[in-house]
Amino acid sequence: MTMRRMGVLVVWLGCVAFAALVVARARYITDLSAFLPADPTPVQQLLVDQLRDGPASRLILIALEQGDAADRARLSASMMERLRKDSQFTSVNNGDAPGQRDREFLFQHRYLLSEAVNPERFSAAGLNAAIRETIDNLASPAGLLFKSLLPRDPTGELLNILDQLARAPVPPSRDGVWVSADGSRALAVAQTTANGSDSDAQQRAIETIRTAFAAAGGSLTSGHGVQLHLSGPGVFAVAARAKIERAAVRLSIISSILVVALLLMVYRSLPALGLGLLPVTTGAVVGVAAVALGFGAVHGITLGFGITLIGESVDYSIYFFIQSRQSVAADRNWRQLWWPTVRLGMLTSVCGFASLLPSGFPGLKQLGLYSISGLIAAALVTRFVLPALLPLDFTIRDVKPIGRRVAQLLERVRRIGPAAMMLSSAALLMLTATVLYHDRDTLWNRELSALSPVSHKEQQYDARLRTDLGAADVRELVIVSGADVETILRNSERAARALQVLADDKVIGGFESPAYYLPSLATQEARRSSLPDATNLRVRLKQAVEGLPVRAERLQPFLEDVEATRHAPLVTARDLAGSSLNAGFDALILHQQDRWNALLPLRGAAPDQDIDTVRVIAALHEGGVADARVLDLKQESDALYADYLSQAIRFSLGGFLALTILLLVALRSPRRVVRVLLPLAMSVLTVAAGLVLCGVQLTILHLVGMLLIVAVGSNYALFFDRQAHAAEGGNDAILASLVIANASTVIGFGLLSFSQVPVLVALGTTVAPGTFLALLFAALGAPAADGHAQHS
Amino acid sequence: MRALPMLALSVLCALCGSAAASAPPALDDLNEIMGLLAMRQHGRVEFIEQRFLAVLSRPIESSGELRYDAPDRLEKRTLLPHAETLVLSGGTLTMERGSSRRVIDLNTYPQIRPFIESLRATLAGDRSALERLFHVDLAGSLARWTLTLVPLESNAKQSVAQVRIDGARDQLLRVEIRQPDGDRSLMTLRPSTLP
Repeated sequence: MTMRRMGVLVVWLGCVAFAALVVARARYITDLSAFLPADPTPVQQLLVDQLRDGPASRLILIALEQGDAADRARLSASMMERLRKDSQFTSVNNGDAPGQRDREFLFQHRYLLSEAVNPERFSAAGLNAAIRETIDNLASPAGLLFKSLLPRDPTGELLNILDQLARAPVPPSRDGVWVSADGSRALAVAQTTANGSDSDAQQRAIETIRTAFAAAGGSLTSGHGVQLHLSGPGVFAVAARAKIERAAVRLSIISSILVVALLLMVYRSLPALGLGLLPVTTGAVVGVAAVALGFGAVHGITLGFGITLIGESVDYSIYFFIQSRQSVAADRNWRQLWWPTVRLGMLTSVCGFASLLPSGFPGLKQLGLYSISGLIAAALVTRFVLPALLPLDFTIRDVKPIGRRVAQLLERVRRIGPAAMMLSSAALLMLTATVLYHDRDTLWNRELSALSPVSHKEQQYDARLRTDLGAADVRELVIVSGADVETILRNSERAARALQVLADDKVIGGFESPAYYLPSLATQEARRSSLPDATNLRVRLKQAVEGLPVRAERLQPFLEDVEATRHAPLVTARDLAGSSLNAGFDALILHQQDRWNALLPLRGAAPDQDIDTVRVIAALHEGGVADARVLDLKQESDALYADYLSQAIRFSLGGFLALTILLLVALRSPRRVVRVLLPLAMSVLTVAAGLVLCGVQLTILHLVGMLLIVAVGSNYALFFDRQAHAAEGGNDAILASLVIANASTVIGFGLLSFSQVPVLVALGTTVAPGTFLALLFAALGAPAADGHAQHS
Repeated sequence: MRALPMLALSVLCALCGSAAASAPPALDDLNEIMGLLAMRQHGRVEFIEQRFLAVLSRPIESSGELRYDAPDRLEKRTLLPHAETLVLSGGTLTMERGSSRRVIDLNTYPQIRPFIESLRATLAGDRSALERLFHVDLAGSLARWTLTLVPLESNAKQSVAQVRIDGARDQLLRVEIRQPDGDRSLMTLRPSTLP
């Protein structure tokens, strides 16, 4: 006996020590990839990379509000000056005049960068037309500034390049900085060097911006004066991480205190309390270790859900203590009579959580494995370790009075008669079914943003800033891929020709292309070889200026520059690095392992107008860029989530089926199975209907919550079932243990409802009322056992 | 994007036009002329603008119509040699040419302000605005006056050496702008005959 006890303890300690070691060495991920697909298709992979590491993920939108316009502009300028020196940012832009350096770069490489350069342009007639136009421009305001450049750039290539680059829309500016349409906000955009998914780096970048703001004289505390607001994916990720961490820590502490207080009140014994927490803690450690071993890394959000485990595994020790330790005789009784019920309850829960395992979301997979291994560990500890640790004569306070009082209450309700009970159950079922059926089309929220830890208000603010900046979230992207930068630049140029036709036809409003910033080497080579040699150019120029108000001799610098370009190397991405053009170029290039992708974001022909992607694809095909893809970012990510949602619903139904079969096998009576399942189904339906009536759209986290209702509630229902078929008494103790177990569950999950994190709120508002209802329905539905008759 | 500042500058240059005036004897009451100008709510004149640029062997010419609406809207519609519209309203300048349209914030480019404000502040009869930016000198009589404006600010001095506006009562007749490099533009105004 003692040897056996020792053996149990050694095995347990060994397991816990190993698990703790694994937990300590595990890698933890805190980005949002828990909700991105695990085995993506190539398009999905691109989408995921976009969301995680794409240029858009590296944007930080900076807004200055309050105070007066001049102060905002001054602060903005001063901040930019600081941030531009910081290597954490690849670019910082608030709309001020571009640097001299950029202009020099463009001017130096004008014959390679200008789209107008071709052999015809450098024929005598072409030169004549180009020079005539430049002179015409001098007559108009747009050209006068270029007059000093005329001797070197008589064909006006710099103006051409500037026009090329000016195709992207820009926000209005005031006092030299970008402002919102109503002028109330000064705007700027910073692009970080680090990926958007690198939350630590994003956090440092955010701190740097705040510091720059404070150093420029801004006040970080709210009050009068100019206020700094930041938005963007990185800002959201950092805030979400902090929020989830805060919520998880705070709520875990509060719920632990409350549950401990509750248990202390019930047990009136510190050793009992300490031992009672063993199953939970063992379960948590084993759960995390299992996830770490199974997945290689643990998502932070999985830990955040650790609280869910308290919900069920604390129950085990409550059942054990209350049911077995009311008297010495009860112990053996419990092992024979009630342990099989706890075991069956645990197995039904495992069935439920197993349905999360095949999910495409790593976050849900992990939650499933965590719950299953944690529950099994907690149940085993309850069954084998707790008895081994307890002295045989250990008893806790008699809690039967609690059970008795509850039994009396139930009895009073039951007095309305079985017919009335049946009727009201049927009415409730009808009502909930009607509500759910009525809203069946909008029941589930199929947008990925539903899971976002970012509040609706913050999302709206972000959208407003983007609208202000004229950079409304890009929805459609044309993507061309290739093995190297040159290939994708060539394909971008081909795609651009097709897209330009669409832009001319107003099918799209416009587009961007990395080749605007850096033409392919092939294109540059073609342009360079279209430049005539010095002798030829001199002759042609002489003919070209005939009849024009400019003398060929004045254009000697032009001849020199063209000749220099003919012998100069082509422009590469490395040359771009020094200039601010690099930010624009970088933003449109995405490197994935051995593949390069060029992104060509499309703009709608009018605000709020959808792009006809079918026509875009057709045009690209005709243009010979058959391998170009059109990606609708929002639709694609929503489709992704909708897929997972319907998959999860399917798997959950599968889990429910497995659970039913398990019960059929264990209970060997369809009637009993119905009795066990009916209260669970009713509470799930009632909670779902309640949420719908409160205007909540269900998400995948609500589904997980429903699984938890079934997991936890099945224990209750099984106890009542067992009770009804048990020959022996002890019913008040059972009832008391169920009520206390439920109270701890409701406390744990009820607290989640008060968090700021939508996913946790979804879980809390589903599970807390759901488990309570499951207990209530199971208790009311249970046939009055003999034990009750005796007491009342 | 990079084009904007330069275009802005050039656009504004255009607006500035140029002027010259033969200066009759001095008249001390600048206020009187400003008062007359300030009373006009709308104005519409045709212009012919000539630019004399050292880089070219002969001057280039453009023409069109200028419209003014008090207090601060100025529109310059160039018809020849190329259609182009510039609208100055408040602190922003909108330029349309062919299918392209650009909006530019004036405060961003202090060097172009003298081109704009010399004409607009004069049309508005806003003496204080003029004197904020220029050293103002008036010559002639109410019937025939000449306003000579010399920029005060260093940024402005780099782009404009001097603006001379010729007028008769509340009409502007000629605007000449001389640049520090010796180039100049001359805008001659006359009542509009355009539809």
